Amino acid sequence: MMRHYLAVLTRTFFLTLGAVLILLPFAWMFVTSLQPAATTLTIPTTWLPKSLQWLNYWHVWQAAPFARYCLNSLLVTAATTVGQLITSILAAFAFTYLQFYGRRTLFGLLIALMLVPGELLLIPNFVTLAQFHWVDTYAALIVPWLASVFMVVALHQAFRAQPATLYIAAHLDGASDWQYLWHVLVPTTRPIITAVALLQVIASWNAFMWPLIVTNSDKLRTLPIGLITFTTAEGANYPLLMAATVCVILPLLILYLGLQKYLVMGISTTHLKG
Amino acid sequence: MYHKAVIYLTALAGAFGRVMLMLNAKPSVKSTLKALLYLTPFLIITGIFAVWPLIHAFLISSYTHYNYYTNQVGAIGWGNFVTLWHDPTFQLACRNTLLLVLIVMPITVLLSLLIALGINHSRHLAGFFRTIYFLPFVTSTVAIGLVWNWLFRLDGGLLNRFLGYFGINAIDWLNDPHYALAALMVVCVWQGLGVNIILFLAGLNHIDQRYAVIATLDGASPWQRFTNVTGPLLLPITVLIVVNTSITNFKVFDQVYALFHGTAGPSNADLTLMYYLYQKFYVENQFTLAAASGVVLFVLVGSLTLLTYGYYRHRRRQLGGR
Repeated sequence: MMRHYLAVLTRTFFLTLGAVLILLPFAWMFVTSLQPAATTLTIPTTWLPKSLQWLNYWHVWQAAPFARYCLNSLLVTAATTVGQLITSILAAFAFTYLQFYGRRTLFGLLIALMLVPGELLLIPNFVTLAQFHWVDTYAALIVPWLASVFMVVALHQAFRAQPATLYIAAHLDGASDWQYLWHVLVPTTRPIITAVALLQVIASWNAFMWPLIVTNSDKLRTLPIGLITFTTAEGANYPLLMAATVCVILPLLILYLGLQKYLVMGISTTHLKG
Repeated sequence: MYHKAVIYLTALAGAFGRVMLMLNAKPSVKSTLKALLYLTPFLIITGIFAVWPLIHAFLISSYTHYNYYTNQVGAIGWGNFVTLWHDPTFQLACRNTLLLVLIVMPITVLLSLLIALGINHSRHLAGFFRTIYFLPFVTSTVAIGLVWNWLFRLDGGLLNRFLGYFGINAIDWLNDPHYALAALMVVCVWQGLGVNIILFLAGLNHIDQRYAVIATLDGASPWQRFTNVTGPLLLPITVLIVVNTSITNFKVFDQVYALFHGTAGPSNADLTLMYYLYQKFYVENQFTLAAASGVVLFVLVGSLTLLTYGYYRHRRRQLGGR
C-alpha cells in the first residue's frame, strides 16, 4: 500500500513538473506583456510587477494595423475552412455512395497524393499564381487551399462508417441523394466534421510560410506575418512584443478550451485508421 | 384503405429495390456524370494546386537555365542536383536537419510515451494534464518562436537567470553557434510533445485492459508488464509516431524564422533544409535550385513514409498468418 502511494506521488510530481515546463513560456509571455515597456532589458522582469501595464495592449493595437491583420486572418481562415468543408463533403459523398468509372483508381491516387509534402508544391504553386497574376491578392491566400485530400479521406472514412440502412430509409422517405447528404449524413457525422474543420482552422490561422511568400503589402498580412513585421519594427521592446503575441495566440486558445474533445477525437481517429 | 396500403407497400418495395440497385450497381455513364457533379470543385482545385505542381516541381528542378519571368526554359538536366551536391551550404542544411531529426525525434517520442503512460495511470487529473500538454499544438509556431527568443536571451532571458541561480555562467543561446541548434531542438521538443501524447493515449486506450490484469495476476511487475504486454501492443502506433515526428522535424522552418528574427542563426547554425529552400527561392531568386532541394526533401520524407507502409503491410501479413 505504501509503495502504491509512493508511485502515485512520484508520478503526479513528474507530470506536474512537465506541465509547469509547458506552461512556463505562456506564463512568462503574459507576465512580460504587462511590464512597463522598454525597461525589461535594464531591470530584470519580475513575476509580480508592481503596476500592471494593460495599456501595452492598447499601444500594440495603435503601433501596427493589428485590426487589419486580425480581419485578414479571420477572412482567410473562414474562407479556406468553409471552402474545404464544401468541396470535401461533396467529394467524400461521391466516393462513398455514388458509382462511377475509375472510382477505386481515383481514390488510390488521392491516398498517394497525401504522401506528398506540401512544401514540395510551394515553388510550382507560386509560379502558377504568378501566371494568374494572383501574387499579393486574397485569392493567393485562399484559392489554393480550397481543397484538401486529407479532409476527403477522413470524411470518407466517417461516411462509410454510417449504416447503409440510413441511406435506404432516407430514400424510402423520398429523399434525393442531395437531401440525404445535407439533411441526414452531415448532421449525423457532425462531430467528425467539427474535428476536421477545427484542425483546418488551426492550420489556417497559424499558417506562416505560404502567406509570407505570396503577400508583400501590409494590407494583406495575416496575424503571424504581421507579428514578424512588428518584431522587426519594434526590435527588443519585449513587453509590447509579448502583448502582440498574446493577441495572436488567444483566439485559438479559447477555441481549443471550448472544443477540446473534438480536436482530440479528430487527431486520434484520423491518424489511427489511416 | 386496403388499396392505399398496397400501393404504398409497392412503392416502398420499388424504392427499396431502387436504392439497393444504386448502392450495388455497376457504374453507368449517367451515374458517372452525376458523381462528377459532386467531384468537380474538388478535382479542379486539386488538379491545379496539387497534381500539376507535383509534376511541375520535378520539371522545374530539371531546368538548368530558366527564366521565370518569361517562363523560358533553356536546358534540361541533372545540373541543379549536381550543384546542390557540391554546395557547402546545402551540405550544412542537410547536416543540421539530420541532427535535428536524429536528436529531437527520440527525445520527443520517449518523453511523450512516459507522459502518456503517466496520464493514463492518473485517474483524476488526466483531463487536466492532457489539456496543458496539448496547448503548444494549437499555438502559432511563429508566436512560440518569439516567446522562446525572449526566454533564451543573454540579458534578461529567463533561462539564463535560472542557470544563474545554480552559479552557471549565462549562455548566449541565440548568438553562439555551439548552442543555437540546441536552442532550436528545445523548442521543437517542447512543441512536438502534445500531438504524440494524444496519439499514445489513443493507442493505450485501444489496448484491452484485461491483458494487464492477467499479467498482474500472474505476478508481473509494472516493468515486466510494460516490456511484455503494453510495449509490444503499442508498437504499431509507436512506429506511426516515430515517422510522423521525423517528418515534422525534416520540415522545420517557422521556428527558425521566429527564433532568429528572419535569419538562419549565427553562421547558419540553424539552417534547415526548408530554410535553405526558402532562402534560395525567396531571397536569392534561384527557383530551380530551390525546387531541386524540395525534391530532395520529398525523396527523404517519401522513402520514410513508404518504409512505414511496408512495415504495416508486413505486420498485417504476420498477424493474418497467425
